[in-house]
Amino acid sequence: MQVKINGKAEEIAGGTVLDLLQTKKIEPQMVAVEVNDIMLDRSHLGTTSLKDGDRVEFLFYMGGGR
Amino acid sequence: MEFTDDQISRYSRHILLPEVGGKGQKKIAKAKILLVGAGGLGSPAALYLAAAGIGTIGLIDSDVVDLTNLHRQILHHTSDVGRPKVVSGKEKIQALNPDVKVSMYEERLTSGNALKIIGDYDVVIDGVDNFTAKFLINDACFFAGKPLVHGGILRFDGRVTTIVPKQSACYRCIFKTPPPPGLVASCQEAGVIGVLAGIIGTIQATEALKLVLGIGQPLTNRFLDFDAKKTQFREIKVKRNPDCALCGAHPTITELFDDGDPFAGCAVRP
Repeated sequence: MQVKINGKAEEIAGGTVLDLLQTKKIEPQMVAVEVNDIMLDRSHLGTTSLKDGDRVEFLFYMGGGR
Repeated sequence: MEFTDDQISRYSRHILLPEVGGKGQKKIAKAKILLVGAGGLGSPAALYLAAAGIGTIGLIDSDVVDLTNLHRQILHHTSDVGRPKVVSGKEKIQALNPDVKVSMYEERLTSGNALKIIGDYDVVIDGVDNFTAKFLINDACFFAGKPLVHGGILRFDGRVTTIVPKQSACYRCIFKTPPPPGLVASCQEAGVIGVLAGIIGTIQATEALKLVLGIGQPLTNRFLDFDAKKTQFREIKVKRNPDCALCGAHPTITELFDDGDPFAGCAVRP
């Protein structure tokens, strides 16, 4: 199925948001995840299944500035 | 308050704008903006806000200028190496525009001094380099009821968002807590392309000016992420989190504290 990840269409196997993070080797503690404009609580990453057409946004921490 | 002929000339291209005019320029002249960090993001913000004629600019920074700062911190010159950033910054601001009053705080922002300092200002600009300070600024602006223009830069990526307490999503609505220290690399390890500070810091200054003037649409409930490699902006809509520990319906954070280790670093991607 196809989802949009950070604005870019990608083919994925399906599964939960946590599965997607693991496939992409993203540490769940280092990212905030929105699905269809709704921010997910980290405790719900493993229970939220992705559907065809979902829009996923990964918001990484961005420090720096000085 | 009346402008002199020189001031009318200096600010004429502002005054010509219907959204600013003489009335708006007076708002700018009365405004007080606090820059937390007189470094990468604080430098362009300080210079443009000074040029704009902001009445009072507060500079808070405990550091001295280091040679490694100069590729991005354009408020400081080679001859300033070793001098306190707030002193160097004040000189540049006032050389550019002697109308501007500069208040110097040669210290770190802490849970002890934050509310007292921030309370004197209309708008706060985040130009710090660690997550503990970013969360502290977010929390302090919430408790003080002051709008905050948040910024971050790392490698080739930058981010800006504006936070109006109790009206728009705060930093904790999105990120809750600083990342675990074990997963964070130091800024020195990570690196940053210097010009990025100019892009992001200047957007922060734009947001601050809009807040002062009360014009346009603030960058609230939106994260504006910039990718310098692709020269691409991306806007991510965010919302207030009703369960936010700070600004939610049942807050668990009721006073300022230092969340995490201020020396843990600033890196972003795993």
